[in-house]
Amino acid sequence: MATDVVMPQMGESITEGTIVRWMKKVGDRIDRDEPLLEITTDKVDAEVPSPAAGIVVQILAKEGETVSVNHVLAVIDAPDAVAAAPAQKTAAVAAAPAGAAPARTPQGSAQSKPAVSMDDAARDRTSPLVRKLAKEHHVDISQIHGTGISGRVTKYDVLDYLEQTGQAGQAGQAGQAGRAGLAKPGDRVEPMSVMRKKIAEHMVLSRRTSAHVHTVFEVNFSAIARIRQATPAAGKPTYLAFIVAAVARALRAVPVLNSSVDGDSVVYHKDINIGVAVALEGGLIVPVIKHADTRDLPDVSAAIADLAGRARTKQLTPEDVAGGTFTVTNPGMLGAQFGTPIINQPQTAILAVGAIEKRPAVVNDALAVQTMAYLALGFDHRIIDGAVADGFMSHVKQALEHWGPEPA
Amino acid sequence: MEVRRLGRVPYPEALALQRELVVERQAGRVGDLLLLVEHPHVLTLGVRGDGGRSHILAPADVLAARSVDVFETGRGGDVTYHGPGQLVGYPIIDLNPDRRDVHRYVRDLEDVLIRVAADYGIEAGRVPGLTGVWVGDRKLAAIGVRIARWVTSHGFALNVTTDLDYFNLIVPCGVADRGVTSLADLLGRDVNGADVEDRVVRHFGDVFA
Repeated sequence: MATDVVMPQMGESITEGTIVRWMKKVGDRIDRDEPLLEITTDKVDAEVPSPAAGIVVQILAKEGETVSVNHVLAVIDAPDAVAAAPAQKTAAVAAAPAGAAPARTPQGSAQSKPAVSMDDAARDRTSPLVRKLAKEHHVDISQIHGTGISGRVTKYDVLDYLEQTGQAGQAGQAGQAGRAGLAKPGDRVEPMSVMRKKIAEHMVLSRRTSAHVHTVFEVNFSAIARIRQATPAAGKPTYLAFIVAAVARALRAVPVLNSSVDGDSVVYHKDINIGVAVALEGGLIVPVIKHADTRDLPDVSAAIADLAGRARTKQLTPEDVAGGTFTVTNPGMLGAQFGTPIINQPQTAILAVGAIEKRPAVVNDALAVQTMAYLALGFDHRIIDGAVADGFMSHVKQALEHWGPEPA
Repeated sequence: MEVRRLGRVPYPEALALQRELVVERQAGRVGDLLLLVEHPHVLTLGVRGDGGRSHILAPADVLAARSVDVFETGRGGDVTYHGPGQLVGYPIIDLNPDRRDVHRYVRDLEDVLIRVAADYGIEAGRVPGLTGVWVGDRKLAAIGVRIARWVTSHGFALNVTTDLDYFNLIVPCGVADRGVTSLADLLGRDVNGADVEDRVVRHFGDVFA
């Protein structure tokens, strides 16, 4: 007789687990209680022992995949039954989309019982909360596979179902799509690196957390271009250094751009620590210029050069990337006119610097060749209104177009 | 609860001992245990992805020059540093049948260490989503747990007088935007390791009574 191995319930508040590795493969013999796979939930790793002795006939979830509690991970069958092919089981699984977690597929058509009695039975066994949730989303509970006690449909089953049918959580959808066998013959499939996964999580989390809005200002860098031209090559500050210094001053003037959201509170950070995104092979890292507002221009310039250099040679320390309160990113370096950056959580704003280049501009009612760039600010509209963001950008623009020693 | 204070134990030996004791505990041949050890300098890697290898910032020759071993552990999680001045606890506890909740178990471990910190007048706490014990945005103790048939292994690493400079070799547990700290660092004075051990044992007994 075939036995399902399911994702175990590792704790009251735990709804899913991630598969770390399989210790057996399809066709392997396994004893009862012998470890079959390892899962992890939130820093806790657990071995999942086989509930029965036999042969591993199916493995239904891949390493790295996150699966809901009670969903089937593998099927163990008695050695003699394997030859005879576990007909029902195989058929049911084959009907599921290749690569998708089959247990997530809503049941229904496979069940031969009359729909009415199924529906009644399911409703009898659900809590008011679940029925309310289902009603809100116009979901028929009888269409959902229950994973609770004696097949009861739980809140998580409803949420899973919604995710699966595209009614909730775009992020979840993207994750699902990745599993649904996108690779065609000849395509290259490459697992994400740890850094890539971290960036992915971070970006999606940020999109879900902040109400992103962007505003774009055009800034005339001609005055700064003249200052740079007059400075000897050795100690010449980069444009980015001027921008970071200008941003630091503006943050002091408009402190809400240098804040974080903590529940229902806004935390205004005392220190102005500006992160500068540095592209690396296969990812990026954001080293931080601490107390940027207390440093002079040559100091900021040297700090950026030092951090970027060490980022590329993997010599950064955890201290170097800690404590940022605002981020500057520089897509212009690669030719972008402007970017629409994603906020680096738990910060509330990020500035993208577009290409700094000579362009025709109107100066004193005449056309002139000027050094221009677009600066785009991404900000969290939960706590920063457009007028405030534009006020901040005016400060930055003002500082850059009329560069001088620290303004009063 | 039996407590074994083993002093300085090389990481691989402690790992082998834990594996042995987990089997003994599963078979019911030993009771619940708490192993307390200190490791020589070592970076331990998890099993997922590259095990956190990309979070080792220092090149191999730097690690060798500072006599830091790199060891693959079989646990999950990311790269972790252990070394002198760090109190490492490995509880071998059977959570069957009435404590089968790994979140609760991890929260209890955190609770023990929060109480120990409080004994020194330090207000430590949790950071949602990040396992471990934190003081502000710096990590005082790391937690990484393994469960096999509800018997626990691995555990916690509390920085007592740890030379925090060694953490610069890695991004601790992949969390790049937060630093580390120790009791000595927070108090600005030396801390007696045996005294900390005593307190860990006492609070562990209270929390896991």
